[in-house]
Amino acid sequence: MNKATGISKATGIHDMGGTEGWGRAPVPAPDEPVFAEPWQARAFALALLSMRLSGTNLDAFRHAMNRLDRPDYLDDGYYGRWLHGAENLLLDSSIIAPGTVEARAANLSGGTAEEPGPPEPTRPDYAPTAAGSLREVSSAPRFAVGAAVRARAFDPPGHTRLPRYVMGHTGTVVIVQPAQVLPDTNAHFQGENPQWVYTVRFTSAELFGADAEPSALNVDLYEDYLEEAP
Amino acid sequence: MTDERVPIELRVEALEQLLVERGLVDSAVMDKYIAMYERDVGPLNGAHVVARAWTDPGYKERLLADGTAAVAELGYKGPQGEHVVVLENTPAVHNVVVCTLCSCYPWPLLGLPPSWYKDPAYRSRMVREPRAVLAEMGLRLPEDVEVRVWDSSSEVRYFVLPARPAGTEGLPEDQLVPLVTRDAMVGVAQVTP
Repeated sequence: MNKATGISKATGIHDMGGTEGWGRAPVPAPDEPVFAEPWQARAFALALLSMRLSGTNLDAFRHAMNRLDRPDYLDDGYYGRWLHGAENLLLDSSIIAPGTVEARAANLSGGTAEEPGPPEPTRPDYAPTAAGSLREVSSAPRFAVGAAVRARAFDPPGHTRLPRYVMGHTGTVVIVQPAQVLPDTNAHFQGENPQWVYTVRFTSAELFGADAEPSALNVDLYEDYLEEAP
Repeated sequence: MTDERVPIELRVEALEQLLVERGLVDSAVMDKYIAMYERDVGPLNGAHVVARAWTDPGYKERLLADGTAAVAELGYKGPQGEHVVVLENTPAVHNVVVCTLCSCYPWPLLGLPPSWYKDPAYRSRMVREPRAVLAEMGLRLPEDVEVRVWDSSSEVRYFVLPARPAGTEGLPEDQLVPLVTRDAMVGVAQVTP
């Protein structure tokens, strides 16, 4: 964590686009249950409720998962990372004390661990200006459909929705989407910074080189992530 | 380190118990959320949208112009459906949706995402080698089809309108609904009669 800002960086494990070493794509099963195991359903509901309990938001929850180390992110799958992310939110807002879940888990298995008492909550000083993520803005969109734009390249200090695989690359605006709150600041309760979002189309050759399989990659990018193409 | 990890089932049980004991969480409310996505909100919603678009040209036009409003006409809205953009698959253009950063998915239309959509192999490789990934998943596209991949990196949720299969011209909407699969509405399969 950065001591001056109180912001933790993501570990980067979540930013998977274009990374290698993950093996073959799974073949879809036609009748997959919504939750394969009962605990997954409980983790799903606990995570939704933890956002409210901790006084945070969806962007903070995503960042709470993106801060997880590799085992916590991957080993128990999607709902495993939801549970670990929810715990991060509850720890950040001091709804539970560090070690509480581990102690209770030990006691559920017949142990006699001492459980820390409930701490004094420290919810963030935060309230959304409206429900959801779409916002009205008075400014005109900076880029129009057809504009050539470049995705900025930077090392994010905290949360971002700018995938690494497009950083520094040039594409074309294909859709001007409604303005939305900026995840980079909203996740850290530093303001909503609502702004236009653009669907930018990149060629696979631009992103992955001339030998890449030909395709068009459409990525939604917030205005702050973009600059005019040089 | 690995052998010290608390088994996830136990972790979940511990957290629920701790929060319920303190009156912060109501297990009945959790049951309600779970039941909603196990029973009420799933790919059948999206299938209704597709079947309507196939049989009602005016609806299809509205769906492609303003997806959010058109799906709301059929009653579909809610979390993860704030702004819906519909992508039409044709013999010339094949659209497929991914979320490389997490697993964003149009919940009101398709429910919660299936395991393959959340798999690191799908999330990492769909942007880099979509044809290879689609082929591994059972969909081989002709060379001359243009592939467009959509990475759900904002709160926009993409929904694929699959091509109506040949041989279904005479079928009414209610007989088309069961043909439309979840996988076709994400773009990793086509609808077959």
